[in-house]
Amino acid sequence: MTVTEASSAVQQPGVAGHLRTVTVKVRRYDPEVDPEANWQSFEVPVEKGDRLLDALHQIKWYQDGSLTFRRSCAHGVCGSDAMRINGVNRLACKVLVKDLGDEILVEPIKGLAVLKDLVVDMEPFFEAFRAVKPFLITSGREPTRERLQSTKDRARFDDTTKCIMCAACTTSCPVFWTDDAYFGPQAIVAAHRFIFDSRDDGARERLEILNDKEGVWRCRTTFNCTDACPRGIEVTKAIQEVKRALIFRRR
Amino acid sequence: MTAVVTGDLPVIEAPRSRRSGGGNGTNFEMYAWIFMRMSGLLLVFLVLGHLFIMLLLDGGVQRINFGFVAGRWASPFWRTWDLAQLWLAQLHGTNGLRVIINDYAERDGTRFWLKMLLYTSSFLVLLLGTLVIFTFDPDITG
Ligand code: FES
Repeated sequence: MTVTEASSAVQQPGVAGHLRTVTVKVRRYDPEVDPEANWQSFEVPVEKGDRLLDALHQIKWYQDGSLTFRRSCAHGVCGSDAMRINGVNRLACKVLVKDLGDEILVEPIKGLAVLKDLVVDMEPFFEAFRAVKPFLITSGREPTRERLQSTKDRARFDDTTKCIMCAACTTSCPVFWTDDAYFGPQAIVAAHRFIFDSRDDGARERLEILNDKEGVWRCRTTFNCTDACPRGIEVTKAIQEVKRALIFRRR
Repeated sequence: MTAVVTGDLPVIEAPRSRRSGGGNGTNFEMYAWIFMRMSGLLLVFLVLGHLFIMLLLDGGVQRINFGFVAGRWASPFWRTWDLAQLWLAQLHGTNGLRVIINDYAERDGTRFWLKMLLYTSSFLVLLLGTLVIFTFDPDITG
């Protein structure tokens, strides 16, 4: 995908002095080769500080170039490489191999259609995001200078500004797994970020959207989302705050 | 590197337009959600109280017979208790199953028929239970 690496033909790093070898089992899927997904094992030499993303690079660059996954920043900022690692959603660039044991299972995130290997179709996820109108909505006259906000007002929604849209939360949600009509945790986090922003006037509208049959009331409070978030956002809490705002009609 | 654009570009609605389709504009799901919490809370007391009286208090379950029930239902208090228990538990359970069907039934047809089955059986239980509580007659001699 986005792998553009300059040093392609150099000596495989880590092979000589590597500390240990781990088995990485990847859920492979390529509809042009096999209509079924299969597990494939790779023996990967890893160094002490390696992240899982480094192990995947080892595979892609030195063992099997057909392995397909998304990554861009490699430092937990862009949100490209959320995957199901040993059964839980994590960013491959943020988990250390040393914390994962000797056999590591890597699967695509659940609930979205797999396109190839670890790459899923993110469109339903983005569709839910767009549906909550994730942009500033204002009314009245345009101020002549910037829209000021107190530190306290800014702190109110600070947690939900941290989202990098990796989809780890939404694809860890059992309600989303069985019914992708549900908005999912990420869209609610995105809405929360504006609903509780003192400069925004669209709260009512967004609350109405989330009051929908497929909105916040489908949340079962399983906390999978909070557990999955690589940014440490208290996702379930944000969802509960939206529910509370709906019940009491205030923010 | 070639950028691959699949499908049409995303359409973003104008800020103040209503979302097309989907929303039914009612607060039904919200009230259902609140009902689940409230009825659950009440049922804890009603059902635990019921179990305590029926199974543990003097003589426990051994003493329950027609006469015992008739004696209890002579008081409107216990009739109201049992009626509340019946309605709250039945609606709580029905709504719980409705939500589970929404979660797990994948086809619209399955969803519809499962819900029909659920609502019919739930209605029958409510009807029968309510009928008995209101029309109970301790005189069985004739
Ligand atoms: S590669 Fe950017 S978040 Fe992991």
